[in-house]
Amino acid sequence: MRSLPHDPRKLAAIYGGGVVGALVRVGLAEAGSTGPGQWPWATFAVNVAGALLLGYLFALFREHPPESLSHPFLATGICGTLTTFSTMQLELYRMVDGGYLGLAAAYAAVTIVAGYLFLRLGIELERSRQPEAAK
Amino acid sequence: MTTPGWVAVGLLGGAAAAARFAIDAEISARRDVPFPLGILVVNLGGALALGLLTGVALHGEALVVVAGGGIGSFTTFSTWILDSHRLHAAGLARIAWLNIAVSLVAGFAAVALGHWLGTVL
Repeated sequence: MRSLPHDPRKLAAIYGGGVVGALVRVGLAEAGSTGPGQWPWATFAVNVAGALLLGYLFALFREHPPESLSHPFLATGICGTLTTFSTMQLELYRMVDGGYLGLAAAYAAVTIVAGYLFLRLGIELERSRQPEAAK
Repeated sequence: MTTPGWVAVGLLGGAAAAARFAIDAEISARRDVPFPLGILVVNLGGALALGLLTGVALHGEALVVVAGGGIGSFTTFSTWILDSHRLHAAGLARIAWLNIAVSLVAGFAAVALGHWLGTVL
């Protein structure tokens, strides 16, 4: 009999990673809060770092299918929670509302491009380990 | 931020991550399309909720805990980007771009709508 559609250990791993990701992101945001006319460094940093890490994990677990709970903990848990979409959108809204249209356009574009590039970098970093792993 | 506040951030963050996973899994299971609909729903829902919170002028530690710890944890940037990369790598470049464009535009609209709703409530 199953009352949960998902493995409770997997959910617990995701929960644990979520705790870590949330504390790091909010911790950084509190340490470096910015106004609507400023570049949101804290959100930008966690989003780009999370994309880098997720790229690495994506490549890592693709070649080594996980039996363990590492993937849900690290990827869905930490990366998924360290990074945020809603906070970025609110920051964009406040920029536009404050009249900082150029900043908003730059922030949106740079976040997405940097996120994508760092994700790809993460994948490449994992792939560059392969000759070592084969030894 | 008080210590109970940080505890709340952590506890909410974990719950939000689990909720994101469960909702994404449920939507993905019901809609077998290449477009990452589950994450879109999660992200748009979060953006709407966050706009609402700021519209009703939640502030201080309560805002940090609920908006940062809760909603910020619920939505995700990294998975969104990874989804587009995987689509592009699978030869579905148009859907990859659509994922970016739709999320960005609809997400902004969701925050704006939420904020407006919050101010009139």
